[in-house]
Amino acid sequence: MLSVTDLTMRFGGLKAVDSLSFEARAGDITAVIGPNGAGKTTVFNCITGFYRPTSGTIVLTHPAGGGTFALERMPGHRIAAAAKVARTFQNIRLFAGMTVLENLLVAQHNTLMAATGFGVLAVLGLGRYRAAEAAGIEKARFWLDAIGLTARADDPAGALPYGAQRRLEIARAMCIDPVLLCLDEPAAGLNPRESEELNQLLLRIRSLGCSLLLIEHDMGVVMRISDHIVVLDHGQKISDGSPAEVRADPAVIAAYLGEGDEDEEPA
Amino acid sequence: MAYALQQLINGVTLGMIYGLIAVGYTMVYGIIGMINFAHGDVFMVGSFLSLIALLGLSALGITSVPLALALTLLFAAGLAALYGWTVERVAYRPLRGSFRLAPLISAIGMSITLQNFVQVSQGARVKPIEAIIPGGIRLIDTGDFAVQLSWMQIAIIVITLTILGLFTWLVTKTPLGRTMRACEPDLKMASLLGIDTDRTISLTFVIGAALAAVAGFMFLLYYGVIDFYIGFIAGVKAFTAAVLGGIGSLPGAVIGGLLIGLIETFWSAYFSVEYKDVAAFSILIVVLIFMPTGLLGRAEVEKV
Amino acid sequence: MTALRDAFLSAIVAFGLFGPLVGLVTANGEHGLALTARPIATAVIVGLVFFGRLAMLSWRGRTPRATNRALAERITRSGKYLTPVLLIAAFALPFTGSRYYIDLGTLVLTYIMLGWGLNIVVGLAGLLDLGYVAFYAVGAYSYAILATTFGLGFWTCLPLAGILAALWGVLLGFPVLRLRGDYLAIVTLAFGEIIRIVLINWVSLTNGPNGITGIPRPTLFGLAFSMDGGPGTFAGFFNIEPEVIQRIIFLYYVIFGLALLTNWVSLRLRRLPLGRAWEALREDEVACRSLGINVRNTKLTAFGIGALFGGFAGAFFATRQAFVSPESFTFIESATVLAIVVLGGLGSQLGVALAAIVMIGGLEVLRDLLSTLGDQLHSPFFGDIANELPLYRMLIFGLALVVMMVLRPRGLVSGRTPGVALTKVKEIAPELVAQGRG
Repeated sequence: MLSVTDLTMRFGGLKAVDSLSFEARAGDITAVIGPNGAGKTTVFNCITGFYRPTSGTIVLTHPAGGGTFALERMPGHRIAAAAKVARTFQNIRLFAGMTVLENLLVAQHNTLMAATGFGVLAVLGLGRYRAAEAAGIEKARFWLDAIGLTARADDPAGALPYGAQRRLEIARAMCIDPVLLCLDEPAAGLNPRESEELNQLLLRIRSLGCSLLLIEHDMGVVMRISDHIVVLDHGQKISDGSPAEVRADPAVIAAYLGEGDEDEEPA
Repeated sequence: MAYALQQLINGVTLGMIYGLIAVGYTMVYGIIGMINFAHGDVFMVGSFLSLIALLGLSALGITSVPLALALTLLFAAGLAALYGWTVERVAYRPLRGSFRLAPLISAIGMSITLQNFVQVSQGARVKPIEAIIPGGIRLIDTGDFAVQLSWMQIAIIVITLTILGLFTWLVTKTPLGRTMRACEPDLKMASLLGIDTDRTISLTFVIGAALAAVAGFMFLLYYGVIDFYIGFIAGVKAFTAAVLGGIGSLPGAVIGGLLIGLIETFWSAYFSVEYKDVAAFSILIVVLIFMPTGLLGRAEVEKV
Repeated sequence: MTALRDAFLSAIVAFGLFGPLVGLVTANGEHGLALTARPIATAVIVGLVFFGRLAMLSWRGRTPRATNRALAERITRSGKYLTPVLLIAAFALPFTGSRYYIDLGTLVLTYIMLGWGLNIVVGLAGLLDLGYVAFYAVGAYSYAILATTFGLGFWTCLPLAGILAALWGVLLGFPVLRLRGDYLAIVTLAFGEIIRIVLINWVSLTNGPNGITGIPRPTLFGLAFSMDGGPGTFAGFFNIEPEVIQRIIFLYYVIFGLALLTNWVSLRLRRLPLGRAWEALREDEVACRSLGINVRNTKLTAFGIGALFGGFAGAFFATRQAFVSPESFTFIESATVLAIVVLGGLGSQLGVALAAIVMIGGLEVLRDLLSTLGDQLHSPFFGDIANELPLYRMLIFGLALVVMMVLRPRGLVSGRTPGVALTKVKEIAPELVAQGRG
């Protein structure tokens, strides 16, 4: 459903991503892995419209004939609103001063906004906004249950513990009804128990029909839940296949053994 | 052609004054990321201090012009620096690390305070003085138009370039400049590394205020008339200059100042005096639309 | 001992600051400017600084630091009672029959309305606007020009004035709203100045610095508040003696209604997706983009709606004064309204109202206090000070801004109340709420 072809991204003289091509199939959990500085986050930012790639194409096809989108040409907010690609961030970006529930409602902005009749009717208390809001809260409640935060719905997001913030960010992304959910190092900073909960959540999201694309640094997490793995090093693809295939690939082993502690992002 | 040359001379002179004030804005912005709204009023205070010094010196019977100018400059810069230090100490330091708009409002409050303080203490009337250095050089005389380069303009350009040279040396070559530059990208980090950030910030205000006082001194000499309100207008222009050049960039401030001076002068000469500020502001808006961080400002890359 | 040394140092600094500017006055003499010495005034100020500093140090040493938090919580908690009390007081004010209080109330309400309007832009959407007065000016001049040129009435022009102001807001916002923080601040400031300069110089349209006079007053369902008392006037219709106070009271209720409208719309919007999106923008723009929110359009609506209310307030200002001139629309107005919003506590409706009452009411009280004091001080000893006393008003205002910010950087009411809840609405601590970078 997502096909990246010859994607290249330059920052000044530096090639962060060098003619990368890969496919992510519908209904799969696809993982992009690689050592620090391999260009994973850059790929992600290109897919979700935060960077404009230097060259190459990123085409998203909705399953069941829902249309085709050339992501590399769309503005960031359209990628989420029209192409239905949601994402999370490596350093969590919640609306810290808003409640958990509000975070989930902001994610449904476009749907709810359409129901307000461009604001005018809803200000006057007319129109079908009330029903739309009730539906929005229902959807929020569904995800709150899924991430186990129903009891904290009215607390500010910034006051949640780290692991809960990660889960909330995923739930918030799911509230845009994505066909593809992109997760940037979702397991970073989680303890083993939280990490296991996260895996269950991701598998549940896949079972709901949403495809996933995740960047991960930690091989353990990836191997357990991914259907398909793309390995990057120095901006190029060095391996591509099922977890078992990738694990056996000598190129991957070499790349990981040679890993240093450089920064993630070349930007 | 001769007319344009004359405007170029006038514009550069004016631009030098704006540039000196703009440096103060940009320094403070660079180090603590706030708009020091009271900076224009420190410039005005510097101008009044110069006036008082000149009058005092003539009352004391000091007639040597170079000596009087040098003493005035020292007096004004020194006391304006004290103003800069006090403003930071009283109005900004207690708000360090607090919420972004609080220092801005505090700064606006300081600006109102300084303006009205001078109005109350020195009176609201304009203060005219006689030209201290009359005359100049006649560069070109086409018969119907003569291009004048006055001694005053030469003095302003020479003093500004000297001060800026000194200042550049201070920032790039001295330990003080190094600590200032260390504080700029990350104040917290600098303080972790053992830099006395409070002292560095104080010094930034002191230097900025001294430069503004030099500008105020030259403003007085050049125009020969000041009042308590000059700080607001010059301040807004200089701030515009700093933003135009890319706020945080020292060369940007000087270039921005020159540009604003030139735009204003040329617009007044060829179009209309009334709309000279509109021209300067409109160019600012247009530049920012195409270069959102000014001419020499670093582009902000949002890390996600 | 250290306190004494500290106070002594402060006195030296004070001498450096005030010695020349207070001690040596430049005044016009026979041969141009000359200096006059004022040693007593200087000594008094330096002495005040010395003893003031000493008192401050010993006071701070003894009492524990005042807890800001407690006051904020008290205001927030008493908000439930404070709001109806304020509303009733505002409604009942005209019954005092005192023209002074009604005029003061009208002025305060105008600033409350402006504060609420700007609060949408700065408090909710987190966009720093230093040129809000431009929209106030557009509203005022729109009404003034429409009314004097085409003879349109206030109620016809009010929406037009608001729409025109909003149009300007969108026109300015469209190219510049992608600028960040302080760049946006200078652009809005510049815009405010541009509008003012144009008003001064476009004489054929605005009558330049002389302003526009003879702007018609509003009518009550077609009933004019004129003094002839004939049929078709307010007094004539109700068969009462025409009095000026009737118009004053009517104007008071007009601005009261307009302010309530502003408040109602902002409160409604905060519970709707649009208001939530504004607050989300203030919290994190990047996250908003990733959720499919059109950042520019959302900012534009905040800017436009803020400008709309500024325009309404401007039209009211014009009809109340029956006169507009560019002098009324200087930067100091923008700064005052912004200070009201910040002192009120960003985003808080009650806080803005309290801040406007404190600041605008305080300024007016100060004006009267100083002029009464000046009258009483007329003795040879005080000399000029008595006459100059009213000039100290803005000086005190400026200092008060600094002091208020230092004491309460987060404003009077700093918490945030969410607009929607699953079970129970809980106040959010100010430390968590972002202030926006745009």
